[in-house]
Amino acid sequence: MRRLLLGLAVLSAGPTVRPSDAQDTSAIDRGVRIGIVYRPGVRPGMVVLPVHAPALDSGRVILARDLDYSDRFELITLPGGDSIRVTAAAPGARPPAAGGAGRTGGGGAAAATTLNYPLYQALGADFAVAVAAGSGDSTIVTVHDVAAGGVRRELRARLPALKDPGFRLAIHQLADRVLEAALGVGGTAATRVLFVMDGKVYSIDQDGADQKLVSSSDHQAMSPAWAADGRRFSYMEFWQGHGRLFLQEVASGKRAPVATTGQALDFTPAFSPDGKTLAFSRATEEGTDLYTVNIKDGCCLQRLTVGRFYDNLSPTYSPDGQRIAFVSTRAGLPQIYVMAADGTDQQLFAPFDYGATGSSNAPEWSPDGQTVAFHRDVGGTLQVFVLDVRTRAVRQLTSVGRNEDPTWAPDSRHMAFVSDRSGYRQLWIIDVETGRIRPLLQKSGARLPAWSPRLPETASSTP
Amino acid sequence: MKRLPLLLLSSLAVAAMAACGGKKPEPVTPVAGPDADSLARAQRAHEDSMRAAQEEADRRAREEAERQRRIADSLAAIGKSTEAVRTLLATLIHFDYDKAIIRGGDAAVLDTKVAILQANPGLRIRISGHCDERGSDEYNLALGNRRATAAKQYVVSHGIDGSRIETVSYGEERPLASGHDEEAWAQNRRDEFEILSGGESLKQP
Repeated sequence: MRRLLLGLAVLSAGPTVRPSDAQDTSAIDRGVRIGIVYRPGVRPGMVVLPVHAPALDSGRVILARDLDYSDRFELITLPGGDSIRVTAAAPGARPPAAGGAGRTGGGGAAAATTLNYPLYQALGADFAVAVAAGSGDSTIVTVHDVAAGGVRRELRARLPALKDPGFRLAIHQLADRVLEAALGVGGTAATRVLFVMDGKVYSIDQDGADQKLVSSSDHQAMSPAWAADGRRFSYMEFWQGHGRLFLQEVASGKRAPVATTGQALDFTPAFSPDGKTLAFSRATEEGTDLYTVNIKDGCCLQRLTVGRFYDNLSPTYSPDGQRIAFVSTRAGLPQIYVMAADGTDQQLFAPFDYGATGSSNAPEWSPDGQTVAFHRDVGGTLQVFVLDVRTRAVRQLTSVGRNEDPTWAPDSRHMAFVSDRSGYRQLWIIDVETGRIRPLLQKSGARLPAWSPRLPETASSTP
Repeated sequence: MKRLPLLLLSSLAVAAMAACGGKKPEPVTPVAGPDADSLARAQRAHEDSMRAAQEEADRRAREEAERQRRIADSLAAIGKSTEAVRTLLATLIHFDYDKAIIRGGDAAVLDTKVAILQANPGLRIRISGHCDERGSDEYNLALGNRRATAAKQYVVSHGIDGSRIETVSYGEERPLASGHDEEAWAQNRRDEFEILSGGESLKQP
């Protein structure tokens, strides 16, 4: 396992190498290193400098946790913790300003540019992040490139008040901008996970904070799914023996039933990437099949599969909207198949050994389009797998306990799933590249997670 | 009536003999005696008739109550039959893991439901398919649908109009037994049968 993790860290430097190659350890030698040279198993170090304004410090703590949860940095704790200010100037260095902390007004940004870089370099930091109050009610976050000895980027944001429901999301968005500034990659801080608990749909920030009830009726709910713009989601509810699909706006909390559904058992909704179409499963006396409906105009039910003697369910769009991966029982046990978005060209997607491989279910196409995550029955319990879309190689990702219903973060590297590894079923997050795992929600009974795309700023006023 | 004057005479004779016996004659109670007796008799007769009337009323009340009881009993009997039929109709059938095939033993249970549906043409039912917690949550909706449909197909193939039967699946969302062992799972892999309409009074098949 250790060797595997080291290998993954090395490979993360090569943008053309996918994590699925990591089981083949010879790939490490073939890995092409571009730009920053990674030390095996060591991520770039980062210091988030202390701040002495209480309001800003609350934000700084959220920011630091987001950067830690990005699994892209080694977060370095300053000697003596956050309580001391690092003021001693190294010989020959410019006077330090402790990241501009305590400075206000227009001079704050200028002060932030002077930092004791050799000291932070000695602590192992490649990046230092300083949070300071800017002019007016703006906040300035400065990303220092310690190795280069200069400011990488200065980010300005107008933060809502601490008690404002949008405060946390604004900080999360700043964290994603810091990640973008430091490494040029998109983050997952400004995201939420929908999940089902006690028959209701809840939302929780990716850092485990701010859990909220979002489904408003007493009907038992299942299978939440996000629209690609992060402004809407869909889910299913049981209504007097039927399964109805609903569309709900994040900002207003308003919801409406999906046209043409509600007379049968409709479930597992999935938005097309352009948000115009909703694919779903419909169970009738003929079995379960895949349908699409035009949710832009509320019309035009279209049937994609005709199973009759087998079931087709759980659709998931490729990010280009051209293909749909789904579950089919056409070979007996449920397995993962793929077809064009219009229902043509249906074929096996995740290879399996007939009579030996267990049931495979709950596919979700990664946002980068390269992999499909799903879970498969291994010896009577479920484990999370990823399918490489190009090579069709299948890799098992989990082995401890029962693990199911994977959902991708927008960085296609983190994944939320349900696991009973701690003794009861709860939500966990895994970084597929480093293997680092953390609980998202330490409550029993949470399931069917759906990770949001990066959320737009207006999504902050979630009900 | 003839005996009364005789008795009277003889009693007078006894009184006369006693008087001859030297003893002071008892003062003869005047005619008030027989008069009081007749009043008492009249009173008694009146009371008797009143009692008889009361008894008659009581008897009628008892009969009425008895009649009411018989009506109630027969109504209850009908209710009992409805209740018995309902119980038969609600009997669950069970399935093997990840299967939607009617077990041999459950065919008889479904035969009973066919008979009930035949005896009660106004009856409409809903069959709901359920699964244990081991499978995938969403796949179980499809599996439960197969289970409900399997029972409906059996009933329809035995002559019941398909429009009288709705099917639904709850997957593993509504477990009957809350345990996490084979015993609980076996109980949860089931079809439930519920009355949609026409179940107010049901005939025995």
